[in-house]
Amino acid sequence: MPNYRTNILVCAGTGCTASRSAEICDEFEKALKEYGLENEANVVRTGCFGLCQKGPIVAIYPDNIFYAQVKPEDAAEIVAEHIYKGRVVPRLQLSDEDLNSGEKILDIEKIKFYEKQRRIALRNCGKINPEDIMEYIAMDGYLALGKVLTEMTPQEVIDEMKASGLRGRGGAGFPTGLKWQFERNSPGDEKYVICNADEGDPGAFMDRSILEGDPHAIIEGMAIMAYAVGAHLGYVYIRAEYPIAVNRLRIAIQQAHEYGLLGKNIFDTGFDFDIEIRLGAGAFVCGEETALIASIEGKRGMPTPKPPFPAVSGVWGKPTSINNVETLANVAQIMYKGADWYASMGTEKSKGTKVFALGGKIKNTGLVEIPMGTTLREIIYEIGGGCPNNKAFKAVQTGGPSGGCLTEKELDTPIDYDNLIAAGSMMGSGGMIVLDEDNCMVDVAKFYMEFICDESCGKCSPCRIGTKRLLEMLTDITEGKGTLEMLDEMEDLCHEIQDTALCGLGQTAPNPILSTLKSFRDEYLAHIIDKKCPAGVCKALLTYEIDPDRCRKCSLCARNCPVGCISGTPGKVPYVIDSTKCIKCGACMSNCRFNAVIRK
Amino acid sequence: MKSLEDLKKMRESALKKVEMREGGKTYRIVVGMATCGIAAGARPVLNRLVEETAKNDYDCLVTQTGCIGMCTYEPIVEVYDKDGNHTTYVHVDPHRAVRILQEHVGQGHVIEKFTVEAARKAEGNV
Repeated sequence: MPNYRTNILVCAGTGCTASRSAEICDEFEKALKEYGLENEANVVRTGCFGLCQKGPIVAIYPDNIFYAQVKPEDAAEIVAEHIYKGRVVPRLQLSDEDLNSGEKILDIEKIKFYEKQRRIALRNCGKINPEDIMEYIAMDGYLALGKVLTEMTPQEVIDEMKASGLRGRGGAGFPTGLKWQFERNSPGDEKYVICNADEGDPGAFMDRSILEGDPHAIIEGMAIMAYAVGAHLGYVYIRAEYPIAVNRLRIAIQQAHEYGLLGKNIFDTGFDFDIEIRLGAGAFVCGEETALIASIEGKRGMPTPKPPFPAVSGVWGKPTSINNVETLANVAQIMYKGADWYASMGTEKSKGTKVFALGGKIKNTGLVEIPMGTTLREIIYEIGGGCPNNKAFKAVQTGGPSGGCLTEKELDTPIDYDNLIAAGSMMGSGGMIVLDEDNCMVDVAKFYMEFICDESCGKCSPCRIGTKRLLEMLTDITEGKGTLEMLDEMEDLCHEIQDTALCGLGQTAPNPILSTLKSFRDEYLAHIIDKKCPAGVCKALLTYEIDPDRCRKCSLCARNCPVGCISGTPGKVPYVIDSTKCIKCGACMSNCRFNAVIRK
Repeated sequence: MKSLEDLKKMRESALKKVEMREGGKTYRIVVGMATCGIAAGARPVLNRLVEETAKNDYDCLVTQTGCIGMCTYEPIVEVYDKDGNHTTYVHVDPHRAVRILQEHVGQGHVIEKFTVEAARKAEGNV
């Protein structure tokens, strides 16, 4: 093996792959060959760096230089300048826009985006080659499994897990140690463990990134969990829409087999464990544990009432523990560094860190991992950089279709499971969508309700019919056909669905409506009483007009109108929009150079 | 792999490959790799530094930089310690590179006669 003096780390996560990072790798390798540097510099395809907004990211170590938004054609220049001559290419270097100083960043740890973060679940993402088990081993990989198998009893592992205070990162926040204890206490020799990788909240992609960037951490976490509960077979239920993650996980499982870290008699302790992958077809409801189990068994993915809980009767009717990807990514670290270390981070009832996927109207879209107890304001403004284009912040949606919207006055809430629920939202899997003044809250609620209607499995009527009725009422409101009675009706129906739906999907489905009704009732009223959409989103409530005093009669609007509803005479008669034919596409407004088109 | 010991051994050998991404070394050795440095023979110096460091487990990180403006003294190798002190060695060849590793990084002694100060003194250019 050559001793490389330089490592070129290229993000090969899904986001950066979509921006041609695979081509970038090829171009780097080609350029290195041209300069005869192939034995001096090594191209490493790594996982997500988290700073997706600036992707594709290329990091050069040991120089600690980060290049952002790199294109395949830039590779030759980086090799010629940086790798060959040691001169940084300032044009491509990451600048700290969070500080608005435009300063070039020499040390990535000092960039504001990373400064507040504490990366545990994401610790290896963007640092190692996920397709090389040796790199994971170099980062203390599998040492925790070794320690657990050789030095600890299963009950000690569970006690350690309880002491760490880790709670399920999939959304509900059930204490992980307690879950394992239930399964351990269930009678029977045949037990199972499952990794829930059916990530489905719109906007959340931390599980995908962990599987793509550090798949061995999940294998190790599952093996430890299996040892603790007494299982010998584990399933990873992962959606087929994550092909890169599936592929890397397959490679990782195969490598773990080759090194004896999966299979029979691991570490010569007599412990056998193996993992099988089950692909899901992308139904949101299959993230619900009983539906997930049904799907693994080859049945239609539908939930069943609980109890019995999976810890008693899970897959094939046997005791089963199901943990989310991010939860499992913490397990090996907790066992290796100890429960006290983990419990030293976070708040009283929520320990450790949580990964959030920042999206929506925010400057630094990406993945961030912060200690519990960090405030929403710190995440949105200090890490995320606030709303772009100087727009005013309106709300942040957390918890996906099961969560709610939090407003300015809740921004200083320290984030943990209980605080978010008290504030009317929930942690969920960690999607965080920032909304600004241009977002209509009724439209946001409608978006989530459309999602739920699509994804409802139809087994119970509250969810199947109830959410459909909710969507109809929301649609009426956004079209100006809403009545005040509808608001009360919606609220009643929401509570009814919460109380009667079969599974978590239905029980939490009304949350986006309830939270927007609570915090943004005035917007609902504007739609119903004034027949106006204050944010200018709901098309049916908009009218476009041309101010005759401002119109310069240039005809640009008329020429760009796709339905030909604007009339006038160039240079003579000001233009007028025929609102009966107008489809409210906004083309006239975006084309007018004199701000003569007004949206009301 | 049969035991935890096997795993630990494997970890030691794997560590070298990735540790330069972590930093945390006592010394940082920087080689001037601009056109002037390369023309004066910086590449074999850099390669020797990398090889020797890996072979002997020196507590340092080898990296490169551009031209620092003293082209007549190339190849230039700078050694930074953790406190930010730095020593500039000039006219370095692979042989001198090995001595810098052995004496400066290995034992903590600056080799005065290879430094830029010594070179300038010898030229009467103080």
